Amino acid sequence: MRTIHFTNARLTAAAGLLLLAAAGCSSSSPAIPVDAGPVALRRLTAEQFTRSVHDVLGEHITVPSRIDPDDRRSGLLAVGASFASVTPSGFEKYEAAAAAVAEQALDASHRDDLVPCQPAVATTGDEPCARTFIERVGRRLFRRSLSQAETDARVEIANQAANTLRDFYAGLELGLMSLLVSPEFLFRVELAEADPSRPSTMRLTSISMASRLSYLLWDSTPDDELLAAGENGDLVTENGLAAQVERMLLSPNLETGIRAIFSDLYDFKQFDEGLVRKDNALFPVYTQTMVEEAKEQTLRTIVGHLIADEDYRGLFTTPETFMTRRLGVAYRLPVATANGWEPYTFPEESRRAGLLSHISFNALHSHPGRSSATLRGKFVREVLLCQDIPTPPANIDFSIVENTEGALRTARERLEKHVASPACAGCHTLTDPIGLALESFDAIGMFREEENGAPIDTSGELDGIAYEDAIGMGEALRDNPALGPCLVRTLFRYAVGRGPESGEEALLESLAERFANSGYRVTELLREIALSDGFRTTSGPRDAEPSGDEP
Amino acid sequence: MGLPLLDCFLNANGTALAQGAPLPLRFGAWMWGCGVNPARWTPSSEGTDFELPVELQALDRELATGGKLREQVSILSGFDVRLDGRPNFPHTAGLMGTLTGSLPLQDYTVPAPTLDTIIAAKIGGSTRFRSLEMSCTGNPNQSYSYESQSVFNAPEISPVALYTRVFGPEFADPNAGPFTPDPRVMLRQSVLSAVKADRDRLLQRVGEHDKQRLDQYFTSVRQLEQQLDILLDGPADLESCVRAAAPGPESLGTEVGQSMSTNQLMASLLSFALACDQTRVFSMMFSDRISGLRQPGSSAQHHQLTHDEALDPAIGYQPEATEFVYISMEAWADFVERLAAIPEGDGTLLDNCLVFGHSDVSLAKAHGITGIPMMIAGTARGALTPGLHVGGATSPTTRVGLTIQQVMGLNTESWGSRSMEATQPVSEILA
Repeated sequence: MRTIHFTNARLTAAAGLLLLAAAGCSSSSPAIPVDAGPVALRRLTAEQFTRSVHDVLGEHITVPSRIDPDDRRSGLLAVGASFASVTPSGFEKYEAAAAAVAEQALDASHRDDLVPCQPAVATTGDEPCARTFIERVGRRLFRRSLSQAETDARVEIANQAANTLRDFYAGLELGLMSLLVSPEFLFRVELAEADPSRPSTMRLTSISMASRLSYLLWDSTPDDELLAAGENGDLVTENGLAAQVERMLLSPNLETGIRAIFSDLYDFKQFDEGLVRKDNALFPVYTQTMVEEAKEQTLRTIVGHLIADEDYRGLFTTPETFMTRRLGVAYRLPVATANGWEPYTFPEESRRAGLLSHISFNALHSHPGRSSATLRGKFVREVLLCQDIPTPPANIDFSIVENTEGALRTARERLEKHVASPACAGCHTLTDPIGLALESFDAIGMFREEENGAPIDTSGELDGIAYEDAIGMGEALRDNPALGPCLVRTLFRYAVGRGPESGEEALLESLAERFANSGYRVTELLREIALSDGFRTTSGPRDAEPSGDEP
Repeated sequence: MGLPLLDCFLNANGTALAQGAPLPLRFGAWMWGCGVNPARWTPSSEGTDFELPVELQALDRELATGGKLREQVSILSGFDVRLDGRPNFPHTAGLMGTLTGSLPLQDYTVPAPTLDTIIAAKIGGSTRFRSLEMSCTGNPNQSYSYESQSVFNAPEISPVALYTRVFGPEFADPNAGPFTPDPRVMLRQSVLSAVKADRDRLLQRVGEHDKQRLDQYFTSVRQLEQQLDILLDGPADLESCVRAAAPGPESLGTEVGQSMSTNQLMASLLSFALACDQTRVFSMMFSDRISGLRQPGSSAQHHQLTHDEALDPAIGYQPEATEFVYISMEAWADFVERLAAIPEGDGTLLDNCLVFGHSDVSLAKAHGITGIPMMIAGTARGALTPGLHVGGATSPTTRVGLTIQQVMGLNTESWGSRSMEATQPVSEILA
């Protein structure tokens, strides 16, 4: 599905900043002492693998969908990627995927887009042409120029295979495969070096910065211009870095980057993998197509709002969204456009506004057969406000929440039992009032007034702010002081692929302040992060991982 | 004690069985979530002639190859997971204690390698696939096969995908006429050689943690190289090997009908894969430890019911939740029955297997980790006496894991950490 592209006044504002940067007035944060954390290899996520293949080898390629599953840690695939390795079954799948990709990339109707030369004879190897191809494609895939030895090895494979199979392009396929299964492609290699102007500080090398920026802002491999800047050493200079960051923020690819961030943060991959399943008998409206559109609706809403430089917090109150007719059925709202998407405003009588009233969130944070106020509340606390909710204690006496006489008809009645028990109340008082505000949305996010014949009471309070319903809860969330700083922490973790270190707390505070001062503009936050020492410097490579059994 | 597969039984490449050698010995784990009702699952007497309790009635099946299924399965009750003061992370502690011999210090963490990977490291090297992991939950991100916290073996969730992986175009069919090696396979080997040549350049540039990760990556590369070697060798001479038929339509998910059907389809494909010696190690997750099994039209899942459903005082258990215990035991019986349906040597494929069935808890309602329900099917080439009920008398579950390792030919003298360390195998089941 192609993403939509927004244009707006930000272009002119950003162009102004670019001039400032070019004039030597850095727009980066004031000097904040930062003791940045370690770097590590980062395995491409399945989505990055696919997007990198599309960007380098052609959009027409169908990339096998199930490779090695991504590792989600601390709530982000971007963090798990710094820990993931490749298992035997995973490598088997990578190799099969490489073969499928290489075959499509070099099929008769697409090879001329990729191979800038013709072999002297089509039925044998042609070393100069193979070399040109490997050098060109290899640089994009490895995100740096290949060494002589790396190129030679691939050219040799291509020649050997071309002669064996009597087909120049079949030879190139094997050469391309050996790039696609290499750890240099499957892992982003981030390297550190001493910063000559601050010898006690390690910084990321210029070429490492190219990948770091590209996967942060575009979720894909660097383009030629960024690679050139990386190879020229521009990305370790203030002006060179600022110029590339501005260019990247203005690119339509930024939409892809923002989608990837929120898709990861909200764990929307579950929709793509068909893991958000509902009971067919209870929810006949629910289909995989419908819920994929629900996911798309939320992502379009986020991208539209943030690319237009609207206040991030407004995502939780805005009635503006996008709609299809299929979604309209589930929302019970009229949709004019027969096929495809239209911009849409939730009418007042829909009693919906903000992301949390979307079908996507409510379906994702529910069981297959019923809604879950606890899961929904836990999501808001943990993901949107960065507050920990402990897992239930093991020795819990569940008899208090047993459905004894069937007299408990609503979620509120059931959950009030938890709050009555001190062992449960500690966590459930944090999660449930948020989730109960969303109880007017059932397990697939359809609106309801009652549950099992009893009216649903959606009132509650969030950290002292009382509300009557989901719209009021969204407003309380928007005004919650933890909301903005939480996104700062999350985006920082996403950018560097690990949790913040204590030496980075001052930076995070400053970033949060500047984010607030900017009117909570996420593009501005991304710029600040990319230009910060937290993003550009490091303590060096990460130490060995301790075993989980260490005391 | 079972005999380890000695090198002299293998041909020069160590990849195929020489004429007259014993049939391969296989190990597999089969896991279901949320346990049983111990009082209704545990046989009331030990030894052979026990009466099958109500929750084990699924084993009262006649086998097509003769005898009853219960005669092929030993029941292991009364073996405990011990916490040593560590938290009883719900559904995690019992599972990890049983499968790794260690208790996690944090929830959702894997303290040590799981049993299947320990055994695969020993016997997985001579087959095309070191191991096969499968799941009936439709979730590609979850199996209980871990070499470490970071090295997780993703499961096959689709019978069609499993079929394609094992019996697709690469499968060397012994019944398909003369074998000619595919030149492309040799070229793929040279691709892997080039990747290995990248190794030293890369290792020089990274830190300790990344070296560990890259070591794992290169181990995986070598595994595929070996897989390609085996493809070039052509089919092994195995009488029982027949290419499986492609499975029919599939429906993935945790509705009971879906998981049951996936289990049957996977068991069938696996039985052919084992008979063709494509792998000797497997693991199957029938249901998650937080079991998501559900009946169509019901608003609650298995796990939810174990906590929310009232205990019916008249019968002493949770009737709706207990339906899922029956279902899980039927699924286990389906799985084992399928392995017993393939004739091999003088007996059946199951005779040359050791299949370890287990759950994560005893009574799910209480997250009980004493008396983790466990079963062993197959005689492991005659090393085990099947059809017994053995009570563990509160000894650690690791005794079972230790027994399994020894039967599978590992020189393990003790297994597990702290008071989970076991040194005494379950000698009652040894032949």
